[in-house]
Amino acid sequence: MIEAHSLTKRYGKTLAVDDLSFDVRAGQVTGFLGPNGSGKSTTMRIILGLDNPDGGGVTINGRSYRDLPWPLREVGGLLEAKSVHPGRSAYNHLRALAQTNDIPRSRVDEVLELVGLTSVAGKRAGTFSLGMGQRLGIAAAMLGDPGVLLFDEPVNGLDPQGIRWVRMLLKSLAGEGRTIFVSSHLMSEMAQTADHLVVIGLGRLIAEQPVADFIAESSGQRVLVRTPSLDALAGALAEAGARVGRGSDGALDVNGISAADIGDLAARLGIALHELTPQMASLEDAFMDMTQESVEFHGDPSSAAGRTRDAGLDPIGAASSTSPHEEGSR
Amino acid sequence: MSIAAAAADRRGRSHYGPIDQMRSEWTKLRTVRSTTWTLVATVVAVVGIGAIATAVTAAHWRNGGFADRFGFDPTARSLAGLFLGQIAIGVLGVLAMSAEYGSGTIRATLAAVPNRPLVLACKAVVFGAVALVTSEILTFAAFLVGQELLKGSTPYATLGQPGVLRAVAGAGLVLTVIGLFALGLATIIRHTAGAISAFVGLLLVLPLILQAFPASTQHALIKFMPLVIAENMAATRAVGGDFGGAVLFSPWVGFAILCGYTAAALVLGGILLVRRDA
Repeated sequence: MIEAHSLTKRYGKTLAVDDLSFDVRAGQVTGFLGPNGSGKSTTMRIILGLDNPDGGGVTINGRSYRDLPWPLREVGGLLEAKSVHPGRSAYNHLRALAQTNDIPRSRVDEVLELVGLTSVAGKRAGTFSLGMGQRLGIAAAMLGDPGVLLFDEPVNGLDPQGIRWVRMLLKSLAGEGRTIFVSSHLMSEMAQTADHLVVIGLGRLIAEQPVADFIAESSGQRVLVRTPSLDALAGALAEAGARVGRGSDGALDVNGISAADIGDLAARLGIALHELTPQMASLEDAFMDMTQESVEFHGDPSSAAGRTRDAGLDPIGAASSTSPHEEGSR
Repeated sequence: MSIAAAAADRRGRSHYGPIDQMRSEWTKLRTVRSTTWTLVATVVAVVGIGAIATAVTAAHWRNGGFADRFGFDPTARSLAGLFLGQIAIGVLGVLAMSAEYGSGTIRATLAAVPNRPLVLACKAVVFGAVALVTSEILTFAAFLVGQELLKGSTPYATLGQPGVLRAVAGAGLVLTVIGLFALGLATIIRHTAGAISAFVGLLLVLPLILQAFPASTQHALIKFMPLVIAENMAATRAVGGDFGGAVLFSPWVGFAILCGYTAAALVLGGILLVRRDA
């Protein structure tokens, strides 16, 4: 159980995390979503006691991280940035970490086995691929067999098999009753892995709810309608208060009215319907809708200066942000 | 509660502590190649240069003039490598801390052990112990090798003579404390290149800058220079003549001042380590 209350973190003039409160419960995978630069990594570093918040605090199982008697046995963290000396072997890296919390040597072999790095345990970590590095980071997080696990972008650099492996691992860890908090910029990944979501934008909480609710709430009611009496139905729907758009293939894209109501309306007017399909928004769409106003890197040229200034906070922010395209199309 | 709670307290303790952290620091120090290489460099510097200096002195003694022979200090000559040895052990001290920042290991370390002063203290104790054992072995080795080379050609020293044991053992202590000073600097600066530059700057460049000042200022300040304190410790006679006749501190007072610098660097480093984000 992780409880964050009123977390605030400032870097110079930039407010990275702004009065952020949320709970991460045990026994489920909680996804941590937000556009790049929205404060996810900062929040995770605060939870792990690495960054000092300017306001508010976090407790893990009711205690502040710094008060944990054996931190690695209660909380495991995989941070986005690599944190291994390139000249040290994977085994020795884990061994040194294990010693800090009096974790037996045999556990080092266990976690190496768990992540599939046993055969390269003696190799220097600097020779590892990005994917192997991620596996080593996951092994380090699992060292103390902790009940709370934080993963910052765990599937970064993994191949499809690796991604599936992480997904299964997260689910099975949650199934064992552990608290799993995982950030990702891959919405599709979250849709398949997470049970619950904490969504932030510009350091502020946007949503905290089950994945299914998040999609349902943010997608609104969108229905695809095909009919030979296009104009008549469109007019009637508009009168009934719906927003009607016309697709290029002659379909109607109807918002703000349920499929059942559309069917009833058509029946009353004697209009034939060829198709009536409620559209389920993807998590990605829902996410884009909800974070629209809080995306840090907008595509318009007027904010170019701000963009350069802020880019230093999150090196991948400017490069991989999808917001400029999204903005441009509206 | 943690799933692993049942496995906790293997040794009946309820909290991580210095023993765990020192074992981890020892593992970290001995499992990177840079430690081996900087230690090899220290051996070459202290013993190798001492051997060369004494061999050259022995070879030229008969041809040398009165000026060479007057005030000849066989102990100091055999410890001539102390100068470069300080640089080598300083690099090791810097790397012991800065490598954690360079590689990001510091985040794993501090997440595992949130008590940051404990992390720094244990690192300093482990590095200090390694540096002390190494330095003492090296200064005694340099002395014994050097006196063997001098024997027969020139006057030579034995450990029983006045001031000799203090000079040889003291030189090892100076090396250790200089290494810890570098560790403190690296904790403050957090970057390998920056910390090594600062270390070399304080050690070597500061005395050079001092030469731009009037003689009175030089005489007043030269005795505070780490390099001068080190040379004074490694000699059995007054070395003020090497520095324009300045009056220096006694070896142990100088050493205490050196310890003061190191303590200041480590304490400042510790305060910054606690305050700054990792």
